[in-house]
Amino acid sequence: MSPRVGHVITSGNTREAADVVSPLLSVSNLHKTYGSGPSAFEALKGLDLDIAEGESIAIIGKSGSGKSTLMHLLALLDRPTSGSIMLDGTDTSRLSAKQLNQTRNSAFGFVFQQFFLNAQASVLDNVTLPLKIAGVGRRERTAQGIAALAQLEIDDKAGNRANDLSGGQKQRVVIARALINQPRVIFADEPTGNLDTATGAVVEDILFDLNRRRGINLVVVTHDEELASRCDRRIYIRDGLIAAREAVAA
Amino acid sequence: MRGVDVLSTAFKNAFRSRLRTSLTVLAIFIGAFTLSLTNGLGTGINQYIDDTVASVGVDDVMTVTKASEEEPTDGPAEYDPNQIAADGAPGATATALTDDDIDTIAGIDGVESVEPSKSVMVDYVRHDDGTRYQLSVAEFVPGMRIELVSGEQVDLDASDPELVLPESYVEPLDLGSAADAVGQTVVLAVTDATGEQVTTEATVVGVAEPGVLTMGGAVPNDVLAAELYDLQTTGAPEAETTRYAEASVSFDTSGGATQTEALQDRLADAGFTGSTLEDQLGTITAVIDGIVLVLNGFAVIALVAAGIGIVNTLFMAVQERTREVGLMKAMGLSSGRVFSLFSIEAVVIGLVGSALGVLGAVGAGQLVNGVSGDLLADLPGLTLIAFDPVGVATVVLGVMAIAFLAGTLPALRAARQDPISSLRYE
Repeated sequence: MSPRVGHVITSGNTREAADVVSPLLSVSNLHKTYGSGPSAFEALKGLDLDIAEGESIAIIGKSGSGKSTLMHLLALLDRPTSGSIMLDGTDTSRLSAKQLNQTRNSAFGFVFQQFFLNAQASVLDNVTLPLKIAGVGRRERTAQGIAALAQLEIDDKAGNRANDLSGGQKQRVVIARALINQPRVIFADEPTGNLDTATGAVVEDILFDLNRRRGINLVVVTHDEELASRCDRRIYIRDGLIAAREAVAA
Repeated sequence: MRGVDVLSTAFKNAFRSRLRTSLTVLAIFIGAFTLSLTNGLGTGINQYIDDTVASVGVDDVMTVTKASEEEPTDGPAEYDPNQIAADGAPGATATALTDDDIDTIAGIDGVESVEPSKSVMVDYVRHDDGTRYQLSVAEFVPGMRIELVSGEQVDLDASDPELVLPESYVEPLDLGSAADAVGQTVVLAVTDATGEQVTTEATVVGVAEPGVLTMGGAVPNDVLAAELYDLQTTGAPEAETTRYAEASVSFDTSGGATQTEALQDRLADAGFTGSTLEDQLGTITAVIDGIVLVLNGFAVIALVAAGIGIVNTLFMAVQERTREVGLMKAMGLSSGRVFSLFSIEAVVIGLVGSALGVLGAVGAGQLVNGVSGDLLADLPGLTLIAFDPVGVATVVLGVMAIAFLAGTLPALRAARQDPISSLRYE
């Protein structure tokens, strides 16, 4: 069912791209309730979802549908009220706060609608932030940061202040930052929402290219049908449940 | 995140909003500056007193008075025929020592010798029928060494009356230079008990620098002191001549402080109060320490206000960086590290402010010392504001501790932030 090639290269290692045998992320009967008592709001009402290794998936829904909540739970930014999230066969509810932090730091990359760049810091410092959090030394950080920027063809801006870049350049920096820790999944929340059509298309190309060539999973939250249609699978969320699933017609 | 990265990030963050940080640093600067200066004042004055005591080197003599038998009461004090005026505040009295008391003291274990001090009121001093000047005669403590401009110390065993004259008398008495004054003879006058003014002569053996101990008075040797006392008490009833305000007791210092204390205890048991020069100066030191403490209190109030400034500054920083904190937490930064980032930022602000404050105080101290050298010329060797490394380090570390405490509140808020709502924060 997957149009991907058999082998993908990730962080220099060859990894077997297995089919849905053991999903990277597996969600079952996921509930998330905000608040309690009469004012409680049930954002997710028992949702099941498997995401295979190397897959790109779009989560689509209106605001308030629960799509962002789902992404936050998948990205281990929040804990579900009930239900389980398995990452690589490990039940994430058993992980300690420290292990969750480490997992997010080493396995996930984040691209948000807003750039969340430190305007005064240099582009390089912004890009290497995940490595700094991971405790990588300065020299190693710089080398990897330049390499990540080179992949996105903005290494000439490494010394610039983040504030001096255009919107498209900023989003490239954000992608470089999401890539620098060699993640297995990139979570993108409306990655093109703040960009004009042309720039947005370039950023999309970059993301899907990473997915295709390096086998990095993409989890895209969007209400842009055009962006969603480029993903392997589309999940439509309505009122906390999956309303429809669509696989790409190869 | 590595410790060194936490440090450097916190340091950079502290100066991201330069104006705001500078103003907070300024507030801390003022507090640290004041605290260092008041501390320096205490250190300077106490150092001067210590140095003075050291140069005098009288550590084997204590002043003994008769302990007051009655506790002070609110009502009028009962008349005590043995009471005489004592040094100190006007109206202060002490119970006089009699010859019997002197014998008792001499008999106490550990007392090597006892000498009743004979207070003398000199009417005037005069040289060569010139102008007559008032002169006070300083309390003479055996073993005392006076800072001299010229000449030498009075000779204890000399059979001729000698005295050391303060430098300020040399010119008015027409003695020429300080060196010329040595060896000349001056006339001293006292009024005896019958009201008659009598004079005696004494040789100037030394000229004294102004100092704390002599208080601008002349220092006689034993012979002169005895002679003046005899002249003064001529015609007085015997009961009057054998009453002394205090006595000087020589003792062996080889036993150290414990032996000295034991001797003081024995004196106390016999009904006397013995105090060494160090004790007496210790009182002055204690008073100065008290004053400095009060001044420090004001400086600490300024520092507490500055600490609240830090709280405010950091709360604003946390607010500003809500999304950044959210992002870093999403990327796996632990709450503990977030707390460290903000609390170290507070400590950095405290460190910069206090370091500048201490430096400023040292600079201001140099200026003040330059000026006070001219204004307080009577106290040579006085460094009005002195800094000791321990005091300076205490101020800097104390301010950093205050800054850390001030930073905990905002740092806790940042550490507790939920990454999701932080990222949504507009």
